[in-house]
Amino acid sequence: KKFEKYCERKIKRNTIYLSSEVTNMIKFFLLVNKQGQIRLSRYYEPMEIHKRTLLEVDIIKNCLPRTKDQCSFVEYKDIKLVYRQYAALFVVIGIDDAENELAVYELIHNFVEVLDKYFSRVVLPDVLRFSNIFSLVTVQTTAPAIIMFNLDKVHIILDEMILNGRVVETNKSRILVPLLALDKMTES
Amino acid sequence: MQQIQDQAPPSMVKDSRMVEADEEKLIKKELAALKEQVSTPTTSLKQMRECLVRLIYCEMLGYEASFGYIHAIKLAQQGSLMEKRVGYLAVSLFLNESHELLLLLVNTVLKDLQSTNLLEVCMALTVASQLFPPDMIPAVLPLVEEKLQHSKEIIRRKAVLALYKFYLLAPNQVQHIHDKFRKALCDRDPGVMAASLHIYLLLIKENPGGYKDLTSSFVTILKQVVGGKLAVDFNYHSVPAPWLQIQLLRILRLLGKDDQITSELMYDILDESLRRAEINHNITYAILFECIQTVYTIHPKVDLLEKAAKCNGKFILSPKNNLKYLGLKALSYVIQQDMNLVLQHQMTIIECLDHPDPIIKRETLELLYRITNAQNVAVIVQKMLDYLRQSKDEYITISLVGKVAELAEKYAPTNEWFIQTMNAVFSVGGDMIPADIPNNFLRLLAEGFDDEVEDKQLRLYAVNSYLALLEKNNIHYPQRFLQVMSWVLGEYSYLKTEAKAEDIIQSLHYLLGKCSASLETKAWIFSAITKLFRLTLNVKVLPEVLQNYGNSMDSCLRQCSFELKQLVEDKEIMNTVLPLDESCNDIVVDASLSFLDGFVADALGHGAAPYKPHHQRQEERLSQEKVLNFEPYGLSFATSPQISSVTGRQSPTGLSFNSEISCNSTEAGLKDSDSLKLDGVKKVWGKEGYLRKKKESKEETVASPNSESDVTADFTSTAEKTAGLSAEEQEKKLLASSLFVGLGSNNLVSLMGKNQSTTQKFRRKSKIVEGQNSYERTMSTQKAIAPPLAQIPNLMDNVLESCNPFQESKAMLLRKTASDSAEVPTEEPAQESDEAWNSSNNLKTIRAVPSASKESISGLFADGNFDIVQPGNCNSALVAHEPNSSLSPGLPVEFAEHSHSKFELVCANENIALFSCKVWKEDCLLIVLFFTNRSSIEVTNATVNFALTDELQACESTDFPFPLVESLATVKCQLCLQMMKPCARVLLTGHVTYHLETSQQTQEEFALALFLTDFIRPLKLTTEEFGHLWLSLSNDVKQNLSFTSDSPEALTVALRTLQQELKLHIVDIIGAEGIVACQLLPSTSCLLHCRFHAGILSVWLRSGCCVLPDCLLYECQKVIQKL
Repeated sequence: KKFEKYCERKIKRNTIYLSSEVTNMIKFFLLVNKQGQIRLSRYYEPMEIHKRTLLEVDIIKNCLPRTKDQCSFVEYKDIKLVYRQYAALFVVIGIDDAENELAVYELIHNFVEVLDKYFSRVVLPDVLRFSNIFSLVTVQTTAPAIIMFNLDKVHIILDEMILNGRVVETNKSRILVPLLALDKMTES
Repeated sequence: MQQIQDQAPPSMVKDSRMVEADEEKLIKKELAALKEQVSTPTTSLKQMRECLVRLIYCEMLGYEASFGYIHAIKLAQQGSLMEKRVGYLAVSLFLNESHELLLLLVNTVLKDLQSTNLLEVCMALTVASQLFPPDMIPAVLPLVEEKLQHSKEIIRRKAVLALYKFYLLAPNQVQHIHDKFRKALCDRDPGVMAASLHIYLLLIKENPGGYKDLTSSFVTILKQVVGGKLAVDFNYHSVPAPWLQIQLLRILRLLGKDDQITSELMYDILDESLRRAEINHNITYAILFECIQTVYTIHPKVDLLEKAAKCNGKFILSPKNNLKYLGLKALSYVIQQDMNLVLQHQMTIIECLDHPDPIIKRETLELLYRITNAQNVAVIVQKMLDYLRQSKDEYITISLVGKVAELAEKYAPTNEWFIQTMNAVFSVGGDMIPADIPNNFLRLLAEGFDDEVEDKQLRLYAVNSYLALLEKNNIHYPQRFLQVMSWVLGEYSYLKTEAKAEDIIQSLHYLLGKCSASLETKAWIFSAITKLFRLTLNVKVLPEVLQNYGNSMDSCLRQCSFELKQLVEDKEIMNTVLPLDESCNDIVVDASLSFLDGFVADALGHGAAPYKPHHQRQEERLSQEKVLNFEPYGLSFATSPQISSVTGRQSPTGLSFNSEISCNSTEAGLKDSDSLKLDGVKKVWGKEGYLRKKKESKEETVASPNSESDVTADFTSTAEKTAGLSAEEQEKKLLASSLFVGLGSNNLVSLMGKNQSTTQKFRRKSKIVEGQNSYERTMSTQKAIAPPLAQIPNLMDNVLESCNPFQESKAMLLRKTASDSAEVPTEEPAQESDEAWNSSNNLKTIRAVPSASKESISGLFADGNFDIVQPGNCNSALVAHEPNSSLSPGLPVEFAEHSHSKFELVCANENIALFSCKVWKEDCLLIVLFFTNRSSIEVTNATVNFALTDELQACESTDFPFPLVESLATVKCQLCLQMMKPCARVLLTGHVTYHLETSQQTQEEFALALFLTDFIRPLKLTTEEFGHLWLSLSNDVKQNLSFTSDSPEALTVALRTLQQELKLHIVDIIGAEGIVACQLLPSTSCLLHCRFHAGILSVWLRSGCCVLPDCLLYECQKVIQKL
């Protein structure tokens, strides 16, 4: 009888494992500058404002001091943090244990490439006009500044890529279609 | 305004390096400005957009901007294009699914869905797939469905995503459109198809059987993607749609699990995926990782498994940490199916154990945890403990400590090792350690393993080890460790026959004295000491213990020490209460507490109030606070005291003698003492998440049936190979052989989907699993840890009884001493009452130290601040003020120091005069009657006779004969009176008879009015005593007295006045509440609880006598009305 119970629990365990596996959620998406200030945040699970702030402080403490050769994944409580640095800009994504860290790591790069693609073609103030702003190490503050001044547009781009914590589009040109159309309509 | 219209950087972000304090100031200022601007009607939509972006920014920095939420919705409604989009964006950032403002969005979404502008439709669909009120889904569902047929790819794709969100929110609302999902899956556009995969992943997870027919479709799609059939812009670094591939691999994994036929459909494409992953890029590794998991989840194919294992090798051997990490993660997943893979990579794993990056170490430990068996447990646990000693992260410590404890319980090779490992767990885990670890450990010790001898050895070893630890001085042990030690020492010290119990008591006592132990721990230690006293007849230490804790400020310790005293005195009780080695036996507790019935009945018979449950008391308190008083005001003093006392009482609950009520009361008490002692223990059931996790992982460790020979063979070959390597290498190899011992190579059986789980050596585990759900079991163990609770009330009663008289007599003594040196207060009533405070405080301090010497007591009262309050309605007239001073009597010196009334002429004729004076002594009202012979001749055979009514009682005879009173002389007599039945006013009548010379006897009648206040004396109590007394008194009366003053001092003023006028004693004033006590001579106490609120003084009186509260209330009313 004990054995039956054991098997029962084992089956239950399996389903739990699988369900968490299928969850593979992105919990939040953060852009942080080198000084550790949040430049953009998007949460895919409801969280109170003050809890967010506390969480962000902890996350920044955990990620920013890490060196380049260290693993890009950090454990923070039950969340895995995947982070990537672009000159003055840090991108940190919180995921659950079942998500594929490396795929998320590359998703960050995809996102940055989309930003790059968008902002390098949009008319920017002279100072900010570079062909590849995000990989340009010389202008340390450029990328965070662009995000600051275009907070709404960066959000719109992000909304095209991630919805409800799932990756919904990775095709760069398709991601930009709605935003470019909006820009065009607004101009005319 | 102008500034906002410009694209100039917002002022608040000018300097990104500003300090936090500045930031806060700046943002607050900005928020204030924004608040003003958004509510200005002239603000244009374009400006509003800018404002909202700023508000988003503020919320992002952690400053709530809720005033802008409605404007976000408005902008989404009224704006066009970019403004509208920002409005929607702000809504999706500001609000959550349950926010009420979300309903306002529904109409806007509806409108935009019907718009001819594709961008607007797009936005509406985007926001609907971010958040939407679930109960409004039916309103938009038809419109969204319609969009599935739209000509534009982007609209169809977004419609699918919106449906996916609706499915998450309310699955049954989209049940009917499953067909349309299929259509979306087969959409000509890959984007729409990819979007539909999100829904399918969910659906298949819930019901894998229902979608097997789609397997070939998914396989075909994957084949096309891998084969590069998609447009080039889907590529990411020349890998075709990698995230789509990952998604498909996940779906295939779910479909192929435990299903050979379905699995066979996907072998080809998996093979191709593994082959294609040759480009050395992160994203291909991400795909490979999914591939490996899929290959090891579906029905196995040897060829594929080999390839996947080879791939896994690429990860683990990679110099890149990210890949190494992922490789370890994959390996932990894979070993559930195939232990051999670990053996292939053992050297790499050893290296990872010393990896500089903690996260890789962690993942390695996770892997090791899953391959632990009885042979390698010691090494693995050692590695985990090493890691724990370095880690400071609380979350990691908690989870790892749990794992170590679990492995130790499961696989401990020897008793010594087990105890030492657990010691390390308790030391390293410190105070972060979850309560279930010590609890499980103690239960394990207590329950044993069906082998008496071994159990005893284990316990003895634990005792020895703790004694050794306690001998080391100046080492700080965590609280939970101390608790474990003291419990074990208390329970099992008897096994160590060569040690003297008193020595152990001594060292525990020393531990108790250390300030580092928390109160909870002290309670554990104390109960261990109590248990140890059953082993010894030597009670030398006892007085010291009792002296130290008998009057400890902590009531728990105080109670424990009284219990200890009682138990030591009576060995028989000791043995029933604390039997040896019985901690596992259930204690039968009479939950109804029927044994107290007699006690309760007695108490009720003596006029105690029946018990009121907590909620009822609370209700009463609430009603006192809030409910309007509908009863008419007016004087509550009624002519018939009996009746008024009944009607005046608030809710006289029916007297009930059944044990239910008494049970409630005692239960509440029990709970308190329970929680004091078992605080930590209870938490086992509180942290479900943790427990569950632990259970899971326990079972994940799949047992491997391994033959010894296999292992040895394996390692002899390893050893052979290692010859000739460097010393360091040798060391690593050695470690490897100890780590991976017992992981046989004959595990291919398990690959066929049958896990040999039952052969696991659940040596220690079985007990735990068995007991896991048995709440009673734990409780019984816990009860044994603490002294049995059922005994407490009885014991405590005895103790209280025995110590009360002691305190009382001391107190009496105090009063006497004090009154001896008391002075008659003559003026400054305010100061006087202050002095009353002091005196009561002094009294309190002294009572707390009953052993204080008499000298110190009299010393405290040397300044004579003992008060007898003088009634205000009479002046302390001195004899000299009396009009006919020549004839007026002088008050005897012995009374002069007491407060007294002025002289009153009670009766007079030409020959004689009778004067009376009331002296308010503490224990009685003294009527001093002066008989003056006014005549010129002597009076003989004079007799004063008092006729006492029922209300009054005299101490001695009421007849006072005066055989001879000379001319113009005054004689006096005195009568001590006490009031037996409370009443507001009573007439003391009497007559005086005398003979003038030989003439006939003359008789004169007289009457004296006595008032209730003449018999009221302050009752000096501490707040605590007041509380106790209050509960024991049953007759209560409540009344609201209007009191026209709302100064904060009003209550104090009122109480001071009462104190002066009625001779009450103010016990305490806390905020708007004050408690006052008095007694009616001889000894009927009455307590007042006054609460002042909004010009109303609510007075609540309680007394043991039913009439007294009414009478006293009447007096109070009179006094308060005069104010």
